[in-house]
Amino acid sequence: MSALNLLLGIVVLTGAVAALSLRNLVHCAFASIGAFLGLAGLYLHMGAEFVGLVQILVYVGAVGILFVFAILLTRGGGVEERPLFSTSWLCGVGVAGALALVLLSGLFKGADPSDPAASRPSPTLKQVGQRLMVEDVLALEIMALLLTVASIGAIVIAMPEPSRKEEDPT
Amino acid sequence: MMEGLREFCGMIWKVLSDQPDPKAAFLPLVPEAWRVEVSALLSVLPILMVFPALFALTTVLERKGLGRIQNRPGPNRVGPAGFLQFAADGIKTLTKEDVVPRAADRVLHFIAPLALVVPVFLTFSVLPFGRNLVPLNLDAGLLFFFAVGASTELAIFMAGWASRNKYSLLGALRGIAQMVSYEIPLILSTLSVVMVAGTMSLPAIVDAQAAGSGDLLSRWHVFTPWGFAGFLLFLVAACAEANRAPFDLPEGESEIIAGYYLEYSGFKFALFFLGEYLGLFAACGLGITLFLGGWHAPFRFMEAWVPSYLWFFAKLAGLVAVFIWVRGTLPRVRMDQLMNLAWKFMLPLALINLFAAALWHFLGSTPAGWAITTGLLVVSYWSLGRILMPPGRIGRRVYRYAGEGPA
Amino acid sequence: MLGSGIIKGMVETARNFVGSYIDPARLTTVEYPEERLLPKENARQFPFLLHDGLDPDAGLRCVACQICEKECPPQCILIVKDPVKKPDALGKMQFQPKVFNIDISVCMSCQICVEVCPFDAIKMDTEFELARTDRFGGLLLTKRELTKSNTHFQKIHPIDAAIVDGRLAADKAKAEAKARAAANAAASTPPQNS
Repeated sequence: MSALNLLLGIVVLTGAVAALSLRNLVHCAFASIGAFLGLAGLYLHMGAEFVGLVQILVYVGAVGILFVFAILLTRGGGVEERPLFSTSWLCGVGVAGALALVLLSGLFKGADPSDPAASRPSPTLKQVGQRLMVEDVLALEIMALLLTVASIGAIVIAMPEPSRKEEDPT
Repeated sequence: MMEGLREFCGMIWKVLSDQPDPKAAFLPLVPEAWRVEVSALLSVLPILMVFPALFALTTVLERKGLGRIQNRPGPNRVGPAGFLQFAADGIKTLTKEDVVPRAADRVLHFIAPLALVVPVFLTFSVLPFGRNLVPLNLDAGLLFFFAVGASTELAIFMAGWASRNKYSLLGALRGIAQMVSYEIPLILSTLSVVMVAGTMSLPAIVDAQAAGSGDLLSRWHVFTPWGFAGFLLFLVAACAEANRAPFDLPEGESEIIAGYYLEYSGFKFALFFLGEYLGLFAACGLGITLFLGGWHAPFRFMEAWVPSYLWFFAKLAGLVAVFIWVRGTLPRVRMDQLMNLAWKFMLPLALINLFAAALWHFLGSTPAGWAITTGLLVVSYWSLGRILMPPGRIGRRVYRYAGEGPA
Repeated sequence: MLGSGIIKGMVETARNFVGSYIDPARLTTVEYPEERLLPKENARQFPFLLHDGLDPDAGLRCVACQICEKECPPQCILIVKDPVKKPDALGKMQFQPKVFNIDISVCMSCQICVEVCPFDAIKMDTEFELARTDRFGGLLLTKRELTKSNTHFQKIHPIDAAIVDGRLAADKAKAEAKARAAANAAASTPPQNS
């Protein structure tokens, strides 16, 4: 484990903890964006160029913007007085524990990092593209369809409903 | 010591004379432990020096050019013909008091200008400036450019929100809405190049536009139907991404004073200004790399006796001049016009252009390929302009003054 | 077609850009410190005091009547009467101001002092380069700085000056005629011998 690895890990963890514990919502959003950036740095450090860059593009560029935009449009951006711990914390701990279990089982099943033969597959961008657009293209298309349906659904929900007014004059 | 100096001068000469691997002779003189850091520094420092210098020069030339467009002489007081105006402006902004509003979020207010300038500088690292001048040759260079460029939106939000000013917040809202909307046509227009060139590495895309051994002309992408349409889409989207007129709504002085950087003064304001222009340069550099043949000369025989980076910077100057010309011509668009243009016109046209590029990929540079792609693009341009962006039925405006009879 | 208007506009600005280099007459800017526009006849900045002849003290038209001081809306004029009288242009003995100050940082260039002056002693100047390093003392003009010759007035407001000069000349001629008539009358009347 190099010093850079350690540093990035600290960035991710502090970002995540700050996102949970800060009172100001916008600060929380920026803390989580910092955690995303740290994760992207970890991916890049491990040689997963494509994943790291997509992490920045999607999580920092799109999801982060979505966070702050939603905060901007819904609240005044002021500090809200609310208890730091949600009443349903037990549920949260359960979900987090289950997720940790799944991730740890994957980690232990995976290759031993000290084994030089199995370490670091370095896929080129071309291989990633080949895999995504040729071999797993059906899955990709289904995902695309799902996302399209979701966005159309969002538009439909957000649209004003002029017809109901005509039916019900009161 | 003397040897180090000689090799350093030799390295600079190698860069200027366009020779491969200029660092090769100098780096072995550096202690083993520092070699990576020194090598990175040697790549980074020129970017940190050249582009801010270009920014300084551009501010003067832009003001002079805009002046001439309005039949004014422009700045002509400081230095010979006013060319030292940037020095006066720089000294002025750097010596100003740094004012932070009392209600501002001090931390975010401080970080915002840095969060704008740092990613913009990072975007320069993947651009091939010359035949042997690629700071970072990434396999996914284009992806890197957009990934890093996308985080400038966050800086704008930070600045607008942390200032605690309604105008700043409005400017940030407008800025984010505009940049998110125009990022889609921007990326889609570059995807056509990626599709035809078959790579996301920027040096490889430049190589794909090199003239073959038999051609006189270079094979720039802009000289194909899909490339031309893509280049125009790219220019419009880049203009909006860089928040330049006619898309400068986030800082529209007549409505929201200065938008998101209203509450910035002194050095922080200068950083915002710098970041904006560097963003423009980076976008122009990407456009040159993707569509205008990168560092290639227009004719093959010219490449032998003019260094490659000079072609790149000449094209950069030309594109920046076009942006200044557009700024001097077009009035600012309205918010609804801005959104209509992005979603109703540029997005469909970019998708059709992607399709045209796919056709070109299969038909190649044959007469049939030319005819089909050109026809497709012209017809869709015309019909999109007609159907989705109908010309407004605006008659001659009639003015009626008080006392001119009944209204 | 979409975009034709943009091209038309770009051509227009390009024509302006190139034209401004080819045809210098297009550049309408007057480069101020080197080039100056001729002052307008009816321009007015701040008041000044007129004197006839060469000596600013002897020829000063002001008789310290203090009408302007009382009429001045922002009260920027200060006059202190000198007890010593001096003869005016008609030879009559008149008061003169010992102190005549105008604070031009207060003056609003309304010209009321000029309108009310019965002696044509105060007029509006066209001098506008009044920047000073001292914002209090520098902008308080004293009698010495305010007094300017009638030829200056003739130069900056030729039409006004001609009218004023004509009127003053007529007054003087009338006064002289009156004096002459009085002298003649005195001469024709035989001296009363007792």
